Amino acid sequence: MTAELFLSGIIVWLAGAMTSLVLWRRPPTARRVGCGAALGGSLLVLVGSAAAIFSGSSPEISLPFGNPVFSWAIRMDPLSAFFNGTLAALAAAVSLYSFGYLRPMEGRRNLGAFGFFFNLLLLSLALVFSASNAFFFLVAWEVMALTAYCLISFEHEKKETRNAGVLFLIMSHAGTGLLLIAFLVLSSVSGSLDFTSFHLLASRLPPLQQGTIFVLFLFGFGVKAGLVPVHIWLPKAHPVAPSNVSALMSGIVIKTGIYGMARVFFDFYGPIPLWMGTLLLGLGVASALLGVLYALMEHDLKRLLAWHSIENIGIILMGFGAALMFRSLGYANLAALALIAALYHTFNHAMFKGLLFLGAGSVVQATHTRNMERMGGLIRRMPVTALCFLVGAVAISGLPPLNGFVSEWLTYQALLAGFGTTHSLTRLMFPIAGSLLALTAALAAACFVKAFAIPFLALPRSEEAADAREVSFPMRAGMAVLALGCIALGLGATWFVRVFDPITQQTLGVRASSALVMARGWALSPGTAHGGTISTAGIALFFLLAGAAFALPLAMRWRRRSVRGPAWDCGLPGLTADNEYTATAFSKPLRMIFSALYRPRREIQAEYEVSPYYPSAIRFESEIEPTFEKHLYDPLRQWIMAVANRMKGIQAGSINLYLAYIFLTLILLLLFGVRQ
Amino acid sequence: MMERLIENSAQLILLLVLAPLVTGVIRTLKARLQTRRGPGILQPYRDLGKLFRKGMVIPETASWIFAATPWVVFFSTVLVGLMIPMVAADAPLGLFGGVLAVIYLLGLGRFFLALSGMDSGSSFGGLGSSREMTISALAEPAMMLAIFTVAIGAGSTGLTDIAGAAIGQHWRFLAPAQMFAFAALALVLIAETGRIPVDNPDTHLELTMIHEAMILEYSGPYLALIEWAASIKQLVLMTLLINCFWPFGLQPTWFGFGAVEGISWLMAKLLLLSCAIVLLETVNAKMRLFRVPELLAVAFTLGSLALVSTFLF
Repeated sequence: MTAELFLSGIIVWLAGAMTSLVLWRRPPTARRVGCGAALGGSLLVLVGSAAAIFSGSSPEISLPFGNPVFSWAIRMDPLSAFFNGTLAALAAAVSLYSFGYLRPMEGRRNLGAFGFFFNLLLLSLALVFSASNAFFFLVAWEVMALTAYCLISFEHEKKETRNAGVLFLIMSHAGTGLLLIAFLVLSSVSGSLDFTSFHLLASRLPPLQQGTIFVLFLFGFGVKAGLVPVHIWLPKAHPVAPSNVSALMSGIVIKTGIYGMARVFFDFYGPIPLWMGTLLLGLGVASALLGVLYALMEHDLKRLLAWHSIENIGIILMGFGAALMFRSLGYANLAALALIAALYHTFNHAMFKGLLFLGAGSVVQATHTRNMERMGGLIRRMPVTALCFLVGAVAISGLPPLNGFVSEWLTYQALLAGFGTTHSLTRLMFPIAGSLLALTAALAAACFVKAFAIPFLALPRSEEAADAREVSFPMRAGMAVLALGCIALGLGATWFVRVFDPITQQTLGVRASSALVMARGWALSPGTAHGGTISTAGIALFFLLAGAAFALPLAMRWRRRSVRGPAWDCGLPGLTADNEYTATAFSKPLRMIFSALYRPRREIQAEYEVSPYYPSAIRFESEIEPTFEKHLYDPLRQWIMAVANRMKGIQAGSINLYLAYIFLTLILLLLFGVRQ
Repeated sequence: MMERLIENSAQLILLLVLAPLVTGVIRTLKARLQTRRGPGILQPYRDLGKLFRKGMVIPETASWIFAATPWVVFFSTVLVGLMIPMVAADAPLGLFGGVLAVIYLLGLGRFFLALSGMDSGSSFGGLGSSREMTISALAEPAMMLAIFTVAIGAGSTGLTDIAGAAIGQHWRFLAPAQMFAFAALALVLIAETGRIPVDNPDTHLELTMIHEAMILEYSGPYLALIEWAASIKQLVLMTLLINCFWPFGLQPTWFGFGAVEGISWLMAKLLLLSCAIVLLETVNAKMRLFRVPELLAVAFTLGSLALVSTFLF
């Protein structure tokens, strides 16, 4: 039954892709068909995944047109079902939103093509999450990368968009190359491409090979996930895509990297050497911290959100790294706790980042700019968008009682428990990672004060912002669904942790959720001997009761005694948008404190006629140094260009020469084959 | 169930009543040390009473965030107050969250306060919000390291367990790890409650204020709520520091004569800590904003030392 539901979802997506492509000359129909199929397929897959998880079964489907070497095999084990559920939950909301978001594009852009690529992206994502054969997996992986490229480059008339798309494609393929090598090594040992034959296989390899494959997988999947230092495509590519695509990219496409790591590190590897988990934990901390620090410096609303994706991937990887370390040290229950924290955060991030990107999309559609410094006061013009964005901002900052808090709390608990697992100095890693997670979370809160306050509060900073209009109903509905998701995942934490039981059973052989739920489902505990508890539902109930009993009646009474007056304008003639704090000014203290990282550069030019004390115009420019591009990627690019220049010599363009090359290659291969 | 309700009500009343008193005592002591008479220790009550009776001016440019913030700040601070052990080692609402939830709930209040600072469009609000969020972010890692040290010692992040572990060994605070953690947390407390040398609660000088700049546009009952919440937060953080490190006189339950003894002990320890704060505030000048990170770096170093000493000694 679950397999049929999943398969019918896939077919609906495929049909939607084809139909909307055929209907491209009728934009309204193409839009409805494209979004409708995406929504319908998502709901089917959502129900199918939920059924697979709760029934604990792993249905398998093999498509009939396979061949002896590889099969088109799908296997929905709990891990696959969880990621498919994440995909479907997000995609349903995004599809709903797209009904309204794409409408103004009718007649201006090819919505048939958009519907085609959009449905195909969902389809390929679902196949990536459920393929059980390395060849099939890589095919789905490539289809996903190509459709994502086409969607990123949808507004291809801008040079920025084209460049970002190409960068994504190059880095994505470099990553795929690494994966290809790693999978080939594994299959040469097992003699099959089937994932089931890889189970615990990697741990049986010699140490050097084991480590090499680990690094290949780590960076191969890390490119997609946005792991530092292979993250540089992400803050460029996510903002330039249409906003519904950005939501999918940040919400779920980067999670394919997380899925890949989970699949490889917990399924293909047994308990691994400790350094691997330590490396993952360290890279997670670096990604989290650098992601949020660069996010703070952005005033492009969508790029700011893209940097936060890197931060959240870092938090997820901290959980993963800790889980791997605990498994190596033989603490299965703690490993389950850390894995639950990581996967919970994965789902949460899909919800709140999807929500924030949809909110940003609404704002960008209303104000025609991504620059926060030209927004402002939108809470009055777009109240629903503002409320939904606020929910997302509170959730991503990890504040109670919403979902971000629950998963960050679980991560802290896992890190805290880690201190007692070993007597070596490695154990210092855990509390230090914990304190840097605290720094990350606090900086994220600072960043989202900026990201909410500058666009939505105070006075409009431009005419476009002053004339902004609330977005259409489907767009509001899409955001509201995700906002409710964030609230439900926060308050219903004790219910949701049960979802992870089949996954931890499959990967670690323990079921942890019953130890995590306390006080008849009111409180969550880390399941360790003492451990603290949290009760998000209790906290929410306290706020609701106190609000209803005191805040409402008193606010009503005080309202009669209140008057509206002007805000303090420092004695100037009236408060204008020019007096307001800007996004750049807001993050200035942090720019100065972390100047060793940012290496900020600023230029001030004053034009004056009479005396320098009376300037007629001032031009101010400020930028920070893109460290990774400058010190890592620029030398690499120069080296590649130099090598390519050298190799130009052997490409003379004469067909005889190329025939000679082919002949030589053939002989070499034959010699090599004979020697074997 | 009934007992929990009584415990919660008792601690709630204690919080609401004691918080302005602590503020008043600190102000009076500070005035005396500076050879001023000061307004008397009951002045914060009079201030609150007057503010609650007054009307309000709400900025024309402000949205509903401005009206919601005082409530969010007040309720989250009170909730935190119920989650910590004050008189009895058993925190009345300990089930709702341990020390991590305490920090994050205070963070929720701060998040909304910073938003409301930006809401009116006045440049002071933005200035205050920016500085507040910066300093609190920098204080966080030091606080977390110190808390991890304490939690590792107690084997839990639950405050009931932490206080319970401290009761078991009264003189444990003399252990190096505990002393370093205490010093780190004390520095963080200064930054979090906005006291000298980080922020000056008495100033309204444009260029130096942080907390006061955020709430510049508030008046009347809303200002009273925020001021009350600020003093409750100060009381909560002081109590937390006291009861995690010097658990003398902490009672097993809220019931019986023990409660009177527990409250007297709490008052005595609060007075001692207030004296220390007053002394520190009087002999130090307020720091330049960009020197504050150095102070917090010291706190971070102390936190790291605390952590390392947990297994060295």
